[in-house]
Amino acid sequence: MAEFDPAYDYPLSSNRPDLVRTPHGLRLDELTLDGLFHGSIPEGDFRATPATLRMQAGVARSVGMSQLGDNLDRAAEMAVIPDEVILEIYTALRPGRSSAQVLEEWAERLEEDYSATSVAALVREASVAYARRNLLK
Amino acid sequence: MSESGRARARADRELRLETIIEPQPDLGLVTMNGPNDPTPELTVRDGVVESMDGKRADEFDLIDIFVSLHGIDLEVAEGAMALPDLEIAHRLIDVGISREDLVRLSRGLTPAKLAHVVSLLDPVEMMFALKKLRARRRPANQAHVTNRKESPALLAADAAEAAARGFAEIETTVGVARYAPLNAIALLVGSQTGRPGALTQCAVEERRNLQLGMQGLTTYSETLSVYGTDAALVDGDDTPWSKAFLASAYASRGIKVRFTSGSGSEALMGHAEGCSMLHLEARCLSLIRAAGSQGVQNGGISTVALPLALPGGSKSILAENLMAAWLGLEVASGNDAIASHSPIRKTAKLMGQFLPGTDFVTSGYSAVPRYDNMFGGGNYDSDDFDEWTTIQRDWQVDAGIEPLSEEAALTVRQRAATAIQSVFRHLGLPAITDQEVADAVLAYDSADMPDRDRAADVEAADLVYAENVTGIDVVRALQAAGHTDIAEAVLGMQRLRVSGDYLQTSAIVGSDWQVESAVSDPNHYRGPGTGYRLEGERWERLQTLPHRLDPASFAAHRSPRADSSVGRAEALPGANHTEVVIGLGPAFAASLQATINGLSHGSVLKALDEGVRSIGGAPRFVRVRRTSDVAFIAHDASRLSGSGISIGIQSKGTAVIHRADLEPLDNLELFSMAPLLTLDSYRAIGRNAAAYALGLRTSPVPVEIDNFARAKNIVQTTLLHATETASVEVGAPAEEFEF
Repeated sequence: MAEFDPAYDYPLSSNRPDLVRTPHGLRLDELTLDGLFHGSIPEGDFRATPATLRMQAGVARSVGMSQLGDNLDRAAEMAVIPDEVILEIYTALRPGRSSAQVLEEWAERLEEDYSATSVAALVREASVAYARRNLLK
Repeated sequence: MSESGRARARADRELRLETIIEPQPDLGLVTMNGPNDPTPELTVRDGVVESMDGKRADEFDLIDIFVSLHGIDLEVAEGAMALPDLEIAHRLIDVGISREDLVRLSRGLTPAKLAHVVSLLDPVEMMFALKKLRARRRPANQAHVTNRKESPALLAADAAEAAARGFAEIETTVGVARYAPLNAIALLVGSQTGRPGALTQCAVEERRNLQLGMQGLTTYSETLSVYGTDAALVDGDDTPWSKAFLASAYASRGIKVRFTSGSGSEALMGHAEGCSMLHLEARCLSLIRAAGSQGVQNGGISTVALPLALPGGSKSILAENLMAAWLGLEVASGNDAIASHSPIRKTAKLMGQFLPGTDFVTSGYSAVPRYDNMFGGGNYDSDDFDEWTTIQRDWQVDAGIEPLSEEAALTVRQRAATAIQSVFRHLGLPAITDQEVADAVLAYDSADMPDRDRAADVEAADLVYAENVTGIDVVRALQAAGHTDIAEAVLGMQRLRVSGDYLQTSAIVGSDWQVESAVSDPNHYRGPGTGYRLEGERWERLQTLPHRLDPASFAAHRSPRADSSVGRAEALPGANHTEVVIGLGPAFAASLQATINGLSHGSVLKALDEGVRSIGGAPRFVRVRRTSDVAFIAHDASRLSGSGISIGIQSKGTAVIHRADLEPLDNLELFSMAPLLTLDSYRAIGRNAAAYALGLRTSPVPVEIDNFARAKNIVQTTLLHATETASVEVGAPAEEFEF
């Protein structure tokens, strides 16, 4: 199988479907009505994997959109984080909601539980900025 | 002070319902180049921004901090910030400099520099630069679909019609927040019935919005609003970091995101900090790119009327769109909220985006009547579809809406309403009756729809969240009800999330699920003959409006030329002093049989004959063959007339009374408004001609004037006259015509 080349392999669904899998390892062409009917597609499998999102991050960088690439890398880290946790962190990041300690705890949990280092860095950066602008609780 | 009737008439126009004001910069009520806007500058030491746009790092607010950390490419900045503003402005409109180079340059510019540079362009230069900098090759459009009753059958039918009209994205919202999941489901099912691949969203509070996306009931979101000052951002209960986090959260669930900004919002919130709207928008856009958004909806948006109250409003809104494109962002360019009461004014503003083309020419064209628009009205709505498609046809410009026949619209509405009825039944949601389905197909708006049990609806909607009903459940419901093709399409929308292809800049889904984005289909416009051009099949499609007429359909006016005219005697000059010669056009009562007003030629001849005879004139009819021009027909006839008086009449009905001694193009009375001429008019024309022949005093025949007659009838006039002219026999003498 050829290596992923961000400059040529986009759109993945048409140019490199061989590189795309669901979280449970299904190929795009296995995601059919028939598959649904016969129960061969696990619940919640219609999702991008971290690996796919990282490839999309690479595509964005290959056309010079580095911040979109950073965003998609964060998304790759967040793909495995449960919905409720995502919503909790979002609320914690809203202005005046959290102390520096709470934000640091979130950053550590992101790193330890989900290996989400770039999301953790974003949370720590927010904490510093909020301290400067009096937006910590 | 007294006031003229004309001033009163102007004061009564719709335009004057609006307030325009002098700029007041301290309140942020100035569009661009405000007196308090900072001078662009950037100081970097050891890879760290020390000052930006007049502020030291220790004075930075949240936006400055975030932009300085993520929004400026310091390698590019060194050279870019040193370039004179005018030099950069020239590059924006230099057709030899590529979009890629300009986007790269923008990565090194501060917000103040961006705003300064674009403000140097005039509107046409801005339009040209925008055409060049649009991210996606092909322009598209977004629809708004809502209704006051939150009727699911009507939502589905309207979404289906919008998708069938070619909208690439369809957005709904709620009147009552709890309805959101039901509206999202109706939109999803309807849109995929109309055109598989149309992206949908349901704009609600941020957490709910994300939840709908996570459940697979929506595919994109543009609710991430940002503002150009800290105070406004915090009033919006967010920070650059919370927004950036949210953007990644959406992407992690395979949901396309664009941010929202737009001039006027900070001033409206009381937090403009004395800066111009364009400067604050530059800060928003720098922040939006820094946060990693692929795009933005901007250009006034819901506060569009505020910049339009100020000098340069339309221009600064266009400048906002241009800046966003320059930063490499997808642009959904406003034109959604009501910009003006005046149709002239709002459409003049629209041309700034319509002619160059943007990724989404509107960030919400109301595909429903204004009454049902829950986004606050809609600048253009379903009543305006024919105008929009006609303006596209006039300019040969693709602004993202396709013509749709009524038959096709009704078919797709019926299918969508039936499909959502099945989905509600299979998901155990409150029933949609057959009557609702039938009404949804033909309704003008939701006032035509039966009332629903709203208490039951919102309770059921709560359960859609609680029981985590997903897009896949919708697929199963559609399949169980036998709507296999719609089930396939909704499944396709779920599958899109797996590859994440539509997370790239300016992505839309074209035919056969092909993602068109700035990566796969970039805009490479480099002058005439390059870039997206409305040509070929697409141009055929956009020009084929359902209400167009086939020129051949006017054949109804025609008949084979009557043989009776062949071999008639040449008309000779008469000697009778009471004579009025009536000269007929070469096709009159021959290959044409009726006037443009639908009067049969026989009845017109009879009316003229009666008119001339009514006061003792002697009518004589001749056919002029050598010309189809009414003046020369009359002139030839007058030279045959014993009295020198003639009437010339063309087949379409245009008539003139002439006298032999006048220059051909001069006349006694001219009746150019053929569509308004009745048999009584022709009788009066005959009578007056006789009066001239008999030397009697007479008042000119009163004529009706309709200043729209030409606009209304010019096509028919041209086609009828073409037939007349085709009957001309060059050099042939006039001949006797027996009546």
